[in-house]
Amino acid sequence: MKVDHLLKQTCEWLKGSGPNSDIVMSSRVRLARNLEKIPFSHWAAKKQEKETLENLERIVTGSDMLSNGLNVRMNEIDDVDKQFLLERHLVSREHIVQPDFKSVLIGEKEVISVMINEEDHLRIQVMQSGFNLQECWRIASRLDDSLHKRAKFAFSSEWGYLTACPTNTGTGLRASVMLHLPALVMTKQISRVLHAITKLGMTARGLYGEGTEAEGNFFQISNQITMGSAEEDIIDNLERIIRQVTGHEENARKTLMKQNREVLQDKIWRSNGTLRSAHIMNTKETMGLLSMVRLGVDIGLINDIDRRAVNELFILTQPAHLQKIEGRILSSAQRDVKRANLIRRRLEGL
Amino acid sequence: MLCDECGKDKATVHLTEIINEQITKLNLCETCAKEKGSDVEQHFGISDLLTALSDVEAPAPGAAPGSPAVKNKCPHCGLTYEDFKKIGRLGCSECYVTFKVSLAPLLKRIHGSNQHLGKVPNAVVMKEQKVLSKIHEELETVKVELQKAIKKEEFEEAATLRDKIKFLEKKAKETK
Repeated sequence: MKVDHLLKQTCEWLKGSGPNSDIVMSSRVRLARNLEKIPFSHWAAKKQEKETLENLERIVTGSDMLSNGLNVRMNEIDDVDKQFLLERHLVSREHIVQPDFKSVLIGEKEVISVMINEEDHLRIQVMQSGFNLQECWRIASRLDDSLHKRAKFAFSSEWGYLTACPTNTGTGLRASVMLHLPALVMTKQISRVLHAITKLGMTARGLYGEGTEAEGNFFQISNQITMGSAEEDIIDNLERIIRQVTGHEENARKTLMKQNREVLQDKIWRSNGTLRSAHIMNTKETMGLLSMVRLGVDIGLINDIDRRAVNELFILTQPAHLQKIEGRILSSAQRDVKRANLIRRRLEGL
Repeated sequence: MLCDECGKDKATVHLTEIINEQITKLNLCETCAKEKGSDVEQHFGISDLLTALSDVEAPAPGAAPGSPAVKNKCPHCGLTYEDFKKIGRLGCSECYVTFKVSLAPLLKRIHGSNQHLGKVPNAVVMKEQKVLSKIHEELETVKVELQKAIKKEEFEEAATLRDKIKFLEKKAKETK
């Protein structure tokens, strides 16, 4: 299986299925694990990094949970492929900036991805469509157990899993949920909601993680604290907060439909119209319009498109995806034309 | 929107800071953003935030570096506590042992607790590892006893101890 092969399938997190998938796009659990006594990648000599990489590649590919997976060495692929993996949330930004002695192992269905030599020796990531953190944790923990049989992870009974950065020590767990919150943005309640979230020890970010803008009204919410609570409790806590937020979003949607029905309908149908007829379209505009169309689908206003098709467009219209589809490097202006073409074709074909 | 700094050019860089739950927004033009760049980076880097937290745990002024109370360099990977404060990352898992005194309050400050309550690596594997280390411990003791017995020319005792060593080595192999 090669990187190109991924283009033919829908990533798990975009399937638009699973619990609460009208508001919760996807759930993700990440576990940080390190080998005992081996220097972390940022502190290791090149020779050591290489040894760790080869050793861990052997261990991870040996797991039956990744038997038909794809092993990608980050310095063996070009920039478009790197960006492509980032857009699919299979690697982190850090992993593509410094590609030497790093690799990612991607499970057949893109549910599992394991980064080797990121900030920690292993970053085990499991993604699910919809609101499904428990399942993510179950899969991640099972993979963790199977890897632990072949590698001795750094662990102290007092401080738990030992990680390169003390902000991850303990469980090494980061659970996050991607939410689509257009109604909270439109009713200007979003900053209040996000503010409350940070007060409760959670973090809110944009679609592509740290420091990214919340384009397309997507927000990633995750736990910040990794020590002092069991994994199940961290997840339970996050779930309770997410349920509150989705409840607020549902109410905001209802209020908009009741009090501003025409305005909302106008926004949604105009967005739909623009997407079906524009010939030049940049990423930011695309994200905004698709967000409105998704809302239209979710509240039953638009019936001739399904949620999965809209979700797919969010990612297929990203710069690297467009270039992979076209099979060549495109300038920003060329991309804007190809993007508009792709959207028209996709929406007409449905 | 005009730049908050010079008030002349159009603001194209927008920064949002959250400190103590207070949100402040900064809108800058490209020139001012570049000038402020180093400030801003320092402000937002996680390593600097960690430094702020970990600084409190540094040895008191006047204390000799490497004083017995605070070890200053990880014997396993060579990282110093100063390095950690600069880069915000530890060097290896042994750093947690080396800098235990400084890390304990830092972890508490970050997480509100410094006691792990979550998953323990696969219990069976851990048990096996424990059994193995016990066997090795016993092996070491018996080997010392053997040397003593030989020195004292207690050959009968030595033969028994040799058999015990053989048995323990076999057991260790099986456990692996």
